[in-house]
Amino acid sequence: MELFKEDKVYNFLGKGKIFFIASFVLFFISIALIAVKGFSFGIDFTGGTVVQVKYTQDAPIDKVRESLKKSELFKHATVSEFGSSQEIVIKTPSSTAELSNDIGDTTKEILKGTGDFEIRRVDMVGPKVGDELRVKGLTAFLLTLLAIMATVTFRYEWRFALAAIIAIVHDIVITFGFVSYFEVDFNIESVAALLMILGYSIHDTIIVYDRVRENIEESKETDFVHVINEAVSRTQSRTTLTSLTVFFVVLTLFLFGGDIMLGFSFPMLVGVVIGTYSSIFVAAQLVVWTGFSVTDYRQKLAEKIKSRAEREKMRAQFESGII
Amino acid sequence: MKLNFRLIILAFATVFGLIFSAPSLLQLESGKKVTLGLDLQGGLHMLLGVKTEEAITSRIKSISASVKNFSDKKDILIESFSFSEDSVTITFLDKDDVKNVKDYISEIKGSVVVVEDTKISISLTPEEVLATGEQAVSQAVETIRNRLDQFGLSEPSVTRQGKDKILVELAGIKTVEEEQRARELISRAAKLQLMAVDEDRAGRVYTMSDSEAATYGDVILEDTTNPQIKYLVREIPILDGGMLTDAHVGFDQNNRPLINFTLNAEGAEIFGDFTAASVGKRLAVVLDGKVYSAPNINERIGGGSGQISGSYTVTEAKDLVIALRSGSLLAPIYVMEKRSVGPSLGADSIRAALLALVSGFGLVILFMMFYYGLAGVIANLAVVINLFIILGTISLLGATLTLPGMAGIVLHIGLAVDSNIIINERIREGLRAGVPASRAISEGYKKAMRAILDSNITQLLACTILYVYGTGAIKGFAVTLSLGLLASMLTAIVGTYGIYQFFMGRIEKNKNYTLWFGMSRRKGV
Repeated sequence: MELFKEDKVYNFLGKGKIFFIASFVLFFISIALIAVKGFSFGIDFTGGTVVQVKYTQDAPIDKVRESLKKSELFKHATVSEFGSSQEIVIKTPSSTAELSNDIGDTTKEILKGTGDFEIRRVDMVGPKVGDELRVKGLTAFLLTLLAIMATVTFRYEWRFALAAIIAIVHDIVITFGFVSYFEVDFNIESVAALLMILGYSIHDTIIVYDRVRENIEESKETDFVHVINEAVSRTQSRTTLTSLTVFFVVLTLFLFGGDIMLGFSFPMLVGVVIGTYSSIFVAAQLVVWTGFSVTDYRQKLAEKIKSRAEREKMRAQFESGII
Repeated sequence: MKLNFRLIILAFATVFGLIFSAPSLLQLESGKKVTLGLDLQGGLHMLLGVKTEEAITSRIKSISASVKNFSDKKDILIESFSFSEDSVTITFLDKDDVKNVKDYISEIKGSVVVVEDTKISISLTPEEVLATGEQAVSQAVETIRNRLDQFGLSEPSVTRQGKDKILVELAGIKTVEEEQRARELISRAAKLQLMAVDEDRAGRVYTMSDSEAATYGDVILEDTTNPQIKYLVREIPILDGGMLTDAHVGFDQNNRPLINFTLNAEGAEIFGDFTAASVGKRLAVVLDGKVYSAPNINERIGGGSGQISGSYTVTEAKDLVIALRSGSLLAPIYVMEKRSVGPSLGADSIRAALLALVSGFGLVILFMMFYYGLAGVIANLAVVINLFIILGTISLLGATLTLPGMAGIVLHIGLAVDSNIIINERIREGLRAGVPASRAISEGYKKAMRAILDSNITQLLACTILYVYGTGAIKGFAVTLSLGLLASMLTAIVGTYGIYQFFMGRIEKNKNYTLWFGMSRRKGV
């Protein structure tokens, strides 16, 4: 089976303006959403407690709310259904530092009399931990960007690296615009998703760049737009297929992974779609705008080869004892 | 058909994967199995902080106690002690004695002495403050480990994190009650002190304020069973739990549990001397700031043993004995982060992740076969071997498989076929251009390799950063993902190439590219 006609060159950049406007609009809507609406940060970042309770019958949510109200610790608590009607999750910004009698024990006391239940999970994060996580998460993210910038510059050119970084930021901002819009919990798994999307986005972009580089090196074409159109067209088949397979698995994770995985599976689902879109329509387009010149690149390449040849000649002469 | 080195490498990798993943997959009795994270098997995960500043305070107290012992022996009269958080000021009656005491204190390591008229102020050098804090943390790690070892759980893990944090991970905690018991055991300071009741002022204890008590060098302590009952005791203890050598549960004449303890030689001597000098007075047995009993001293007590009676259950007494035996905590600890997962939830998570894994995997396999024909089958084989290798390596390394780690593996399946897709697309390109199969394959691999390496190395770098800066679950994610990347490079680049080389003769002979590479039939081929 074949989905794409391999010998046809599609004009991806011809519609560059439309995609540029689309990306631009999405990007700034996302920024606005993140700035105004923000994220519903999980307790990993804010500190607080999450208690997951499973009843043997339908959970009496109203009764639970009523009982919790009386306690100082649960003054600002929210109670919501989790996965099924028997299971609920109680979230509160409070946490306790005491070991022998903690907030989980208190919950059990308070819920006595609301029915037959089992406490399945108590996650409690003190206020200090969240701050540290934020700093560490941000450091990891920035360091990763730097590492990518360095490797892509080393293997390709700085303009490619810059374009790749912009594409990555584009993907991540838009993905998390969606996370903000749909009020999906932003927790430690979301950070993993963020870094995963980063990896996926750079992977897709590099596959296209590799083809661009190959075209530059092997053809005589000087029109960079055409070089890129050809590269994107040639990789089109693989981009679509891989995106499909990844999308399949992320979708199954989203559908069957349960609410506990939502902080991971939802951003992944959006990120795969956006990442695929950007590697086809955005990443290569951006290189054009950075003012990359094919002839300059070839010249540099030729010089590199020449100087290597000269070095080898010198070494050969040195070894044979001429100098 | 002929063997080649790539195929041999693949065969070795496959055997490796199968051997080391078999114990986990088949649940064999022997062999290393994958360790499941607490989020998958259920258990308690706690990040504890150590209040090191209180270790400093108690160090100051213990220096004061030795100054008092010294002064008593030399018949030097002390007017008062005044404590602050990190220093003590001792006022003497006679100015002539001050020099004597100063010389004695100067010999105590890490102390700073300032003399002013009849007053001596003692504090600690900055190095000593650091060292004391350090010791408090490492001692806490050791103590908690000892206690949990005796608690009877399988493989408790207690590790130090950073400067003043301790990570405790307890798998196999089954019930909320068990968890609470474990937490109480960990947090127990288990600081045993024998203190003298201040009989001169004991009658006024119910009307006295804490600050007034402090002016006499006394503290007011509550009774453990009835907080209404109060005792006025000397602030500096006669001796503390550091001189304890053994503790065990016993029973009194009414068959109620009590704890017998034995002191070491030094403790026994101090205890003997004190009891001889204090006949008719009361001795308070204080544990973690609460008075358990305050019996009258009828005669000198030699031999250095005593008992702690109070109203506790046998289980509580047993836990208390564990705490006493493993030593006291120098500084109190508090919870910074706690995650407890019930075993039933862990099982649910595994089920959900496996369902996602199997269905995602099924979809990918069907798709690849459908799209690429036999090349798809070869790619699928590579992915399966890949999974075995990941699982085998995780078991071998003793790495922990967490829920995000499982998500990483699920995701990895989608990405693992990618290398094969890139390669297959390249091969098809060559075939379409009319290049003979053997050259199309070798060039396809060569060209695809550059892109795959570039991308995978960038991603491995990202994973390394993730591992260094990530916490618990994220680290697991980074580990599975890196293993996946490495395994997929091995199976996709080396392994599948070997398979093609093996079948090269056949491919070239029958030239059925539809069968081998799933290409559409076209005219002229």
